Amino acid sequence: MAVVGTLTAAFVAFAVLAVLGYLLPTWFILVVTLAFSKGLVALGIVWLMRGGLVSFGQGIFYCAGAYAAGMAMRSLGLTDAASLVVLGAVVALVPGLLIAPLLAGYRGIFFATLTLAVSMIAYGILNKTYSLGGSDGFNLQAPTFFGYHPTQPQSISYALFLVASFVTVAAAGLSRVHFDSVRGLLSLAARDNEIRLEYLGASVRWVNGVNFVIAAVLAGAGGALSALSLGHIDPDFAFWTTSGEFVFLAILSGYFSVTAVFVAAILVEVVRSFSSQYFPNTWQGALGVFLLLIILFLPEGLGSLARWPRPKSAKPAAAPAASAE
Amino acid sequence: MKLAAAILIDGVIDASWLFIVAVGLTLVFGVLNILNFAHGSLFAVGAYAAASAVGWYFGGDLGPPFFGYLLMLGSALAVALALGPLLERGLLRLFYGRDEVVLVLVTYALFLILEDGTKLIWGAESYYASEPYGLLGNVSLFGLSYVVYDFALIGLAVVVGLLLWLGLNRTTTGKVILAVIHDREISRAMGVNVTRVFALAFTLGVFLAALGGAFTAPKISVQPGISISVILFSFAVVVIGGLGSVEGAAIAALLVGLARSAAIHLVPWAELFIIYLVMAFVLALRPEGLVQRVAARKI
Repeated sequence: MAVVGTLTAAFVAFAVLAVLGYLLPTWFILVVTLAFSKGLVALGIVWLMRGGLVSFGQGIFYCAGAYAAGMAMRSLGLTDAASLVVLGAVVALVPGLLIAPLLAGYRGIFFATLTLAVSMIAYGILNKTYSLGGSDGFNLQAPTFFGYHPTQPQSISYALFLVASFVTVAAAGLSRVHFDSVRGLLSLAARDNEIRLEYLGASVRWVNGVNFVIAAVLAGAGGALSALSLGHIDPDFAFWTTSGEFVFLAILSGYFSVTAVFVAAILVEVVRSFSSQYFPNTWQGALGVFLLLIILFLPEGLGSLARWPRPKSAKPAAAPAASAE
Repeated sequence: MKLAAAILIDGVIDASWLFIVAVGLTLVFGVLNILNFAHGSLFAVGAYAAASAVGWYFGGDLGPPFFGYLLMLGSALAVALALGPLLERGLLRLFYGRDEVVLVLVTYALFLILEDGTKLIWGAESYYASEPYGLLGNVSLFGLSYVVYDFALIGLAVVVGLLLWLGLNRTTTGKVILAVIHDREISRAMGVNVTRVFALAFTLGVFLAALGGAFTAPKISVQPGISISVILFSFAVVVIGGLGSVEGAAIAALLVGLARSAAIHLVPWAELFIIYLVMAFVLALRPEGLVQRVAARKI
C-alpha cells in the first residue's frame, strides 16, 4: 500500500510541477531545472549517507554524465534530451561499477578523501584533454524532445523542465520506495552499527557498494541534465568545490526526506542567483554562515522539520522502556 | 644527472613549505579529530599578513632589511594568536562530538567565510612582497641557478620539524598533547585539561599554517584563490602520511614534493593530478596512510 501511495504522490507531484512550470516565469524555470539536476546528485549522496558514508567526489560521475551527453550530441548528433539523460546515467554507471569495489571497504574520512582524490584525477585529465576542449570545455546545441524541435527559448526551457521534473520525481519516488524497503533499512542499520549488522548476516560492503553505484547513476543523470540546461560543459564539473556543493545540499536536507533534497536544492539555487547578483563579493561567506547555522540548529537537516511530531531523542529513553516490559 | 639534480632540489624545496603547512593540519587532526578544510585559508591569511607587513616595512625603509624575516615570523604569530583561540573557542567547540564528516563540513563552511573575509580585508588585487626573497642572493648548483631563500626555507622546515618533535616528545606539555592524541577520554580521566590542550593544539596548527603562508608569500603573488591549492596539497600529504602523524607528514611531504617536481620536469601534463595518483596508490596499499597508529577498536 505504501508503495502505491508513494507512486501516486509522485504522479501528482509531476502533474503539479507541469502546471506550475507553465505558469511560472522562464528565468525561474531555468533555476529550478538546474536545482533539480543538482538535487539528483545530492539524492545520490543521501543514499550513501543513509549507510553512513559521505562522498566528496560525486563530481566525477556528474562530470561523466555531462560529458557523455555532450559528446553524444557533438559526435553522434543525438539531440533528444530524454535519451541523453538516460545515456548520462548509463555512462556514469561504468566508473561507478569500477570504483565501488575499490572504495567499499573504506569509511568516514578516508572514504571522503579518496573519492575527492579520484574526482580530482578526472579533473586533471580533463583539463589536459584538448580533444574535449581542455579547460575551456565546449558548448552544446539546443536539445530536442521526442522529435519535437522547439525554437523559442521559452519552449525549450519548459520542455527541458518537464524532462527534469519527470526524472526527478521518478528518482525521488523510487528512492522513497527503496528507503522504506528491507534493503533500504539495512543501510540505516549499517550506519548505526556495522558489527551488529554483519552478525545479523548482512554484508555492509555489499550495502555500501550498491548505494555507491546508485549514487553514481543519479549523479550521471544530474550531470547530463545540468549540461543540457547550462548549454556548456567544462572540467569544473569534476572540481572539488562542485562536489562540496552536493555534500552541502545533502547535509542541508538531511537523509530522512527525499522531498527535502529538492526543496533544499531550489532554495540554495534561488539564494545563490539572487545573492551573486546583489552581493557578488560576500555570497560565499553568507552560504558558509547558513551552513553553520543549519548544522548547529538543525543537525538532521531540513527534512527533520517535516517529521511531526518530532520523535523524542529516542536512544537513551528506549532502553529502560524495553527492560521494563 | 643535471635533470635528476633539478628534480631532487625542486622537490625538496617544494616539500619544505608543504611540510610546514601539512604538519599543522595533521596535528589539529590528531588532537581534535577535525580535518580542517579552512587550513588553506589560514595559510592565505598568514601570507596576506606577512605581505602587508613586509610591504609596509620595506616601503618606508624603516630599518635593516634582515629584520623583515622577523617581521614575517611575527605576523604569523599574530595571526595564530588572534584567530586560533577565537575559532576554536568561538566556533569549533560548538560542534565537538559530531561525526568526523560533519566536522569537515563545518570547516568547509569556515573556509567559505574566511575566503570572503580575506577578500573584504585585502581586496581582490595581488600583493607582492618579493624583497625578502632576493635578500640572500643566488647560488649555482650543477650549473643551475637557485635562490638562497629557497634553501633557507628547507632549513626552516627542518627546524620546525625538530622543534615540534622535541616539543612533543621531550616536554611535559608535549607529552600531554600526545596522550590526548592517543586517547582523549583516558587523558581526561587522568586529570588532563583536554579543553586547554584543544585550544593550544588548534592555535599551534593555525600558527604553522600562517608560518607556511608568511614564508611562501615572498615567492608568490598573494591573491584570492591561493588557499585552494594549498588545502588540496596538504590534504594529500596528511592522508598519505597517516592522519595525525608528524613523522608521516614529513615523509609524505617529501614524497609529494618529489613526485610533483618529477611530473613538472618529465610529464608536465600530469602535474595537476600526480598527487592524487600517489595518494590513491598509497591508500590502496596502506588504507590508513604510511604511518599508522595502533588503535584499540571501540564498540
